[in-house]
Parts: sequence; structure tokens; C-alpha cells
Amino acid sequence: MNNNKQNDWKRYVVVFFITAAIFITGLWFSGFLDQKRISQLKSIENTISLDLQSSEIQFSLLEELSCEDISSSTVLSSELNSLAEKLSYSEDNIGIDNEEVISLKKYYSLLQIKDYLLMKKITERCGKESTFILYFYKNTECNDCTKQGYVLTSLREKYPNLRVYSFDYNLDLSAIKAMIAIYKIPDNLPALVINGEVYNGFKTIEEIEEMVPELKDMLEAEAKADAEAKVERKDGNK
Amino acid sequence: MSSVIETIFYFFSFLAIYIQVFFLVTYIEKRKSIIKNPKNLKLKYYPTVTITVPCYNEEKTIAKTVDSLLGLDYPKSKLRLFLIDDGSKDNTWNIIKKFHNGKNIFAFTKPNGGKHTALNLALEKTDSEFFGCLDSDSLVHPQALKRIISYFERDKETMAVCPSIIVYEPKNLLQKAQTVEYHMSIYNKKMLGFLGGIHVTPGPFSIFRKKVFDNLGPYHKAHNTEDQEIALRMQENGYKIDHCPDAYVYTITPNTVHKLYKQRLRWIYGFIKNLMDYKRLLFKKKYGTVGLLTLPSGIIGVVGVIFLFVNVIYNLSNFIYHKIIQIQTVGFDNLFSFGSFNFDWFFFDTKAVIFSSIFMYGLILTSLLIGRKLAENKARLSVSIFYYLIVYSVIAPFWMLKAALNSVVSKESSWTQERKVKQS
Repeated sequence: MNNNKQNDWKRYVVVFFITAAIFITGLWFSGFLDQKRISQLKSIENTISLDLQSSEIQFSLLEELSCEDISSSTVLSSELNSLAEKLSYSEDNIGIDNEEVISLKKYYSLLQIKDYLLMKKITERCGKESTFILYFYKNTECNDCTKQGYVLTSLREKYPNLRVYSFDYNLDLSAIKAMIAIYKIPDNLPALVINGEVYNGFKTIEEIEEMVPELKDMLEAEAKADAEAKVERKDGNK
Repeated sequence: MSSVIETIFYFFSFLAIYIQVFFLVTYIEKRKSIIKNPKNLKLKYYPTVTITVPCYNEEKTIAKTVDSLLGLDYPKSKLRLFLIDDGSKDNTWNIIKKFHNGKNIFAFTKPNGGKHTALNLALEKTDSEFFGCLDSDSLVHPQALKRIISYFERDKETMAVCPSIIVYEPKNLLQKAQTVEYHMSIYNKKMLGFLGGIHVTPGPFSIFRKKVFDNLGPYHKAHNTEDQEIALRMQENGYKIDHCPDAYVYTITPNTVHKLYKQRLRWIYGFIKNLMDYKRLLFKKKYGTVGLLTLPSGIIGVVGVIFLFVNVIYNLSNFIYHKIIQIQTVGFDNLFSFGSFNFDWFFFDTKAVIFSSIFMYGLILTSLLIGRKLAENKARLSVSIFYYLIVYSVIAPFWMLKAALNSVVSKESSWTQERKVKQS
């Protein structure tokens, strides 16, 4: 009987260690994959940064180049989007407070600002009609920010040429703070900066479309371009 | 998932995995000592046994139940049947009184008082060495009694032996799902038998030495789960309970969700209430496995399932809330775009929570297979396992939650009520 009891205690301890081993393996493996994820984010970030730098240098070197050549060589947006998707996934799953994620977010914000400045320059130099929206949001205690996010996503789907850059108001990054100072953005968010003008509070799709008449033109121009392309293709087929 | 919720989740999954590993380790250690009885088992001595069949509104199944008892491979002179009608409103009494012969089959009728009163009536009237009960919705395998008695013959310390309960002719999906659950509980019960931690001596055909009742007193009402209470009372007094895996009893299981819900509500409610009555057993070394493993794992089961359920409901309503806001702000555009879906491993969920769940399911599957091996002598996968996982993860939280709520306000769910449902 006594022997049995001792055996029982041994079993409780052995089982505890087996369970702990299973658990630690699970935790370790999941941590390992998170780490892999972060290193993948970093490599994307490096690629983009390289692309951006080269295009910037290209831009300053070849100021004489025709506008068509320049605009076709600055296709960063698709890569920015892919990073954005992965960043938002990491925020949800690795954690908003994770140091690596925060640093990536800062990096991403910088890339956005660079892209914004570059695109603005191209617009000025080549006289192209472009619309940029700078969007400032908060991650916590801002219900309107969630709604504004939906509106902007929807707008981007509707107008593929519209460029939306989003910035976390509370991110500790001097470049973002500078922008907040330049545009005098108050802390009642969400806030939008459209073509240099600041709009506070939640804005619906219709309101934004009214504020930016260029959007309608953009749609028309696209339709026209599409039609022309079709005609060209038809001609080519002949 | 917030970190507090995540921590609670880890806590429960750790305990759940712990319990499953505990059984598995026990199985690996003891699997050689699981006794397989020969086909023509012969006992040295055939003691006298009384089997009581309490019935309430069971006109449809009672005759079959009694016939199965008459078919037991056991000397007729040593076997006594007590058929007790607990104030049925249907034809039950007329059926059972035809079996009465005054020699070894006795039929009684009494005003309705609950199952424990019917059993206690039989206890008063018998002086046989062994006593057992067979619920009137169950049938016994011809060898079941001999196999059970052989356990008492082998070990004089054994005071009660539970059978293996198997679902009788499962027809629909719900009953097939229960088949899997019953197989799993054969495994759990055998392991608890080895560890001395059985906490229920089920109504269908658990056999006791009569002196259990002589020493510890008759059945109690025990929140309509007298079969849990008597086992706990025995454990408290250090009476050994074992399990005989090849003593088969076939029981008719609920065939609708509503009936299953009612039955489980009674079981879980009874578990919680009996646990409260016997909380002195919890975490006491003196009471062994029952206090250290069986009862705590029951608590973890109830609380864990409720926690998971609340969590799922919370996440679901959160998701719906955000979708509603989205519809309000931008209409039905992009409602079903959950981001561009691509098979980049980056977007696969690899949280530790997922790994522990996968492990948990792996362990559950293992115990299902071992249970099946014990029940049918072959461990094979079947589609019923899938039914089981689906049915139980959807419905079980409801009876757990309701039972927990009821036990807070002490609302009983009775055996009689359950039988009324059965009739309709």
C-alpha cells in the first residue's frame, strides 16, 4: 500500500515534467516562428529601402529625364502594401508592444513619408494630377479611427490611384512628430490631411469625395485611359 | 487575445493536457494488467446476487431489460431480480408483475419517490452477498455478471465493480457521437480503476458487496445522481472500486439533442452538487486519486469548457460588431474581403495556443482509440469521432453552463422529469 502511494507521487511528478516539456516545446516553436516572421519583415523592409534609395538617386541624377521614365521607375506602393498587411498581422498576433514590431512600424512610417515626398516631387515636376491623403490615427480609445479605416480602404478600392499614407499619432518617431507640428494636427483623432489641408473627425466617403473633386476627375481619366487602351489593343489586333 | 485571457487559456490547457498524459502514462504502465476473461469463465464459487430494476414509465423497454437479465449466464438459484415500479403512470406495472414468480423474481409497486427510494426498498428486502442495479433502459451481456464477480473473487478488498457501458444500437448521428464518448469513458474508467479514483458507479449494472450498504447506509437522493454519491461515500471510507472492461452493458441513449441536454444537465448538476457535499475530499492526500485527480479534473472540465465557450462567444460578437460598424460606414462594399487571401506561411496562425490545442486533440484522439480497443478489441478511426468532436464542442458548453447556473440557484433537474421527456 505504501509502495503504491509512493508510485502515485512519482507519477504525478513525472507527468508534470512530460506536460511541461510538451508546453515548452509548443511555446518555443511558436516563438521560433514569430522570430522567423520578424526576420522576414526585416528583409522586406531592406528590399524596399534599397528600392527607395535607388529610385531617389535615380531621380536626382536624371532630373533631365522625361517624366514618363521617372514615374514608371517608382513603383513602391505594391511593396508598401504587402509590408502593411504583414505589419498589421504582426501587431495583432505578435503584439503592439513588441519592440521589433514597433521598430518595424517606425521604419514603415519612414518609408511612407519618403514615398509621399517622392511622389509629391514627381507630381510637381511633371505637373501630374495626384491626390494624397495623410491619415493620422490612434490604436486605442478611438472608435472613429476604426470607421475611418474602413472608409479609406473602401476609397482606395474605388480609386486605385489615390495614395493614402497612415500614421500612428502616438508612435514615438521624430519624423511623425514633425509632420504633426507642420500640419498642426490636434489630438482629437482621426485627422486627415488632404492636399495640405487638415480635416478633423470622422469623414464619410461622400464627404471626402466632396472635399476632393479631383477624385471624380481621376475616375473619369482612368475610364478614358482604359477606353483608349482598349482601342489600341483592338488596333493592334488588326 | 488579450494576455490575461491567454494566460487563463494556457493554464487550462496545461491542466487538460496533464490529465490526458496522466491517463496515457497509466495506460502504458498498466496495459498488461488489463484482464481479459476467457469465453467460458468458471467461478470457484457463485455468491448470491440481487439485481434491482427501478422503473418509472418504461413500458417500452422494461421487458427487454428483464429478458436480458434472465439470459445472464449465472446459476438461477443464486440470482434474484427485484423489479420495482416507482409509481409509473403508464403500463409498466402491468408488464413487470407478469414476471413475478415469488421464487427468484419479485415485482413491487410503490408511490413515486425517486430512483433512490426504489433501490432502498430492494436493499431492505434482500440478504444476498452482492447487490446491483440495472436501469430499465439498459441490457446486459450474458457474461457480464460472471466477469464482474470474478473481480471480487480475485481481490477481497474490492467493494464495487463497474461495467463497460456501450451505446445500444446507435441509429442517428447524435447516438453515434455518444458511442465514441462511451468508448472514451471505458478507457478513463479503467485507468481510474487502476489508480483507485473512480467517482461514479453508474446506474446500469455496477455491482456492490452488500456490506457496503450495511456499513455505509442506503442510497441518498444526492441531487438525483445517487450513483455518484455512493461512489464518493465509498471513496471517503477507503472502499475499493474497480472496473471490468469486458462486462458489457448496452444502454439506450438519448436520440435527440433535447433529451441528451436534459440527461447531461442532471449529470453535471449532480456532479457539481455532490462535489460541494464532498468538497472535504478535494486535494487531500488521504483520499488519493479521487481528491487529487478525478474531482479536480471534473472541475477543470466544467470551468474550462465554460471559459472556452464564453471566449468564443466574445470573439464572435466582437467580429459581428465590427462588421456591423463596417456596414454602417461604407455599406456592403468589401464586406467579405478579409484581406487578400494567400498561402504565405506568414499568415498562418502559429501561436502556442494553436499548438497546445493540436496536442490536446491528439491526446483526445489517442484516448478515443484506446477506449475503442478496450470496447471492441480493435482501435480504428471512424466518422463517428468527427461527429463526437462537432456535437460535443457545440452542445456541451450549454449543459455545462446551465448546470453551473442551476447549482448556484439550486434548481434540481430530476430523473422523473427526464423520464417525462422520454415519454413525449
